[in-house]
Amino acid sequence: MIEQTGANPAFLTADTITARLIKRAVMLSKIRNYFSSQQVLEVETPILSPYAVTDPQLDNLRVENPFAISEDEPDNWLYLSTSPEYGMKQLLSLGSGSIYQISKAFRQDPPGRLHSSEFTLLEWYRLDYDMDALIDDVASLIHSVSADHKKPLAINKISYQQAFLDYVGIDPLSATAAELEAVAQHSLDVSFTSQDKDIWLDLLLTHCVEPKLGQGAMTFLYNYPESQAALARLAKDDNGNIIAKRFELYIDGVELANGYFELTDADEQLQRFEKDNILRQQAGKAVRNIDPQFMRAMQRGLPECSGVALGVDRLLLVI
Amino acid sequence: MGSYSTNEFKNGLKLIIDGDPCNIIDNEMVKPGKGQAFNRVRLKNLKTGRTWEKTFKSGESVEAADVLETDMEYLYCDDEFWYFMDSETFEQVPASAAAVEDAKPYLKEQEKCMITLWNGAPLTVSVPNFVELEVTETDPGLKGDTAQGGTKPATLSTGAVVRVPLFIDQGEILKIDTRTGEYVSRA
Repeated sequence: MIEQTGANPAFLTADTITARLIKRAVMLSKIRNYFSSQQVLEVETPILSPYAVTDPQLDNLRVENPFAISEDEPDNWLYLSTSPEYGMKQLLSLGSGSIYQISKAFRQDPPGRLHSSEFTLLEWYRLDYDMDALIDDVASLIHSVSADHKKPLAINKISYQQAFLDYVGIDPLSATAAELEAVAQHSLDVSFTSQDKDIWLDLLLTHCVEPKLGQGAMTFLYNYPESQAALARLAKDDNGNIIAKRFELYIDGVELANGYFELTDADEQLQRFEKDNILRQQAGKAVRNIDPQFMRAMQRGLPECSGVALGVDRLLLVI
Repeated sequence: MGSYSTNEFKNGLKLIIDGDPCNIIDNEMVKPGKGQAFNRVRLKNLKTGRTWEKTFKSGESVEAADVLETDMEYLYCDDEFWYFMDSETFEQVPASAAAVEDAKPYLKEQEKCMITLWNGAPLTVSVPNFVELEVTETDPGLKGDTAQGGTKPATLSTGAVVRVPLFIDQGEILKIDTRTGEYVSRA
């Protein structure tokens, strides 16, 4: 595959349109080779769905559905997928085994240096992997897709708690919203105030912690606060704190991937969706109907697995 | 007064921050993978000239500054104010010493200047990048010394003192770069 593209490492350093196209094509080819060698199956799931995500911080783009007649359909919109997660979890519940997908994702994000409303995601799920096993898998994927002439990136792992202690000097698990706000207001000029602890965690993470992560290396930030679990399952860390088995990958301060040891408990999943909707309502955002097909898949049973989504465009930027 | 949502933030937008008019120099959205989005904004205070970085929560609204940039002609100054005129409406506005501080050494009567008006009053006055001014006082020119790099001070009609080559004489018109305060050439 790679030979057929005519890729020559010497070309890859030149900043020409051809070099960029080749770099992207070679990376996609290497991604497919990696998963093929690991017996992980490539799949495709729908981009359009009548259901939007409940995540309070995510808003789907949508298109009008000219054929909305069924009563199952909550309104006349079809929502563009923010990630292929729900579709892939339906396949997992049907016995697909380990799977991966390279797909377009859409989010209502204003454009910026690292943001676009349309981008390419690589998402994959590994049966019987826990968070640590998936972190190692992500690292070997990155090594296998990196340019041949480059030195392999070193691998660092740091817990969310330790990163805050090192770079902000505060324990993110035990600190109150007011304590985090005081630290933030001391080192940054912030225009707002809030009693929401997560806002201060997000502010300190993006402004004070992330820029320090992955300097010339891959840094995996893991064991997130319970309030930031998203779809990860909860566990206790070595000190008995309740944490979420969630991780993110950073290279040169850029967040590249977000992974979970997946929650398989359908009841807890439903509670989290309902909690999301309460938060959406408080923020003045539209409440979302919960995707019944996804809930049926959760009830059918998601196998023990870990999953991760990796931004392909950002990966091309940093390696 | 209107306001802007962070979604409308872009370079050059004028906001009121802590009572002062400010200009957005740079706006970057910062968002964790799953979490609150922020706008990290580099601002310039148009009164003090200070630049700094401030973070807004995405979706916040911020008061808009009624700031307008317009070309006006410099007329004259009395002891207190510098007067500028809109060449179309002939409306005249007085600018304070603080507003003309950077422009003052190069202000020539009938010269077009860029005026930043805030609530109708001049906030800052900018002169063109290049102006032509007469030398009112300098030591006599030295003939035949065109190639060597020596310089001497020369006082211009506006009172500004610039370094000029030794061959320049009193009464000559010079082209000056107002951004650096340096001599460019004979006009």
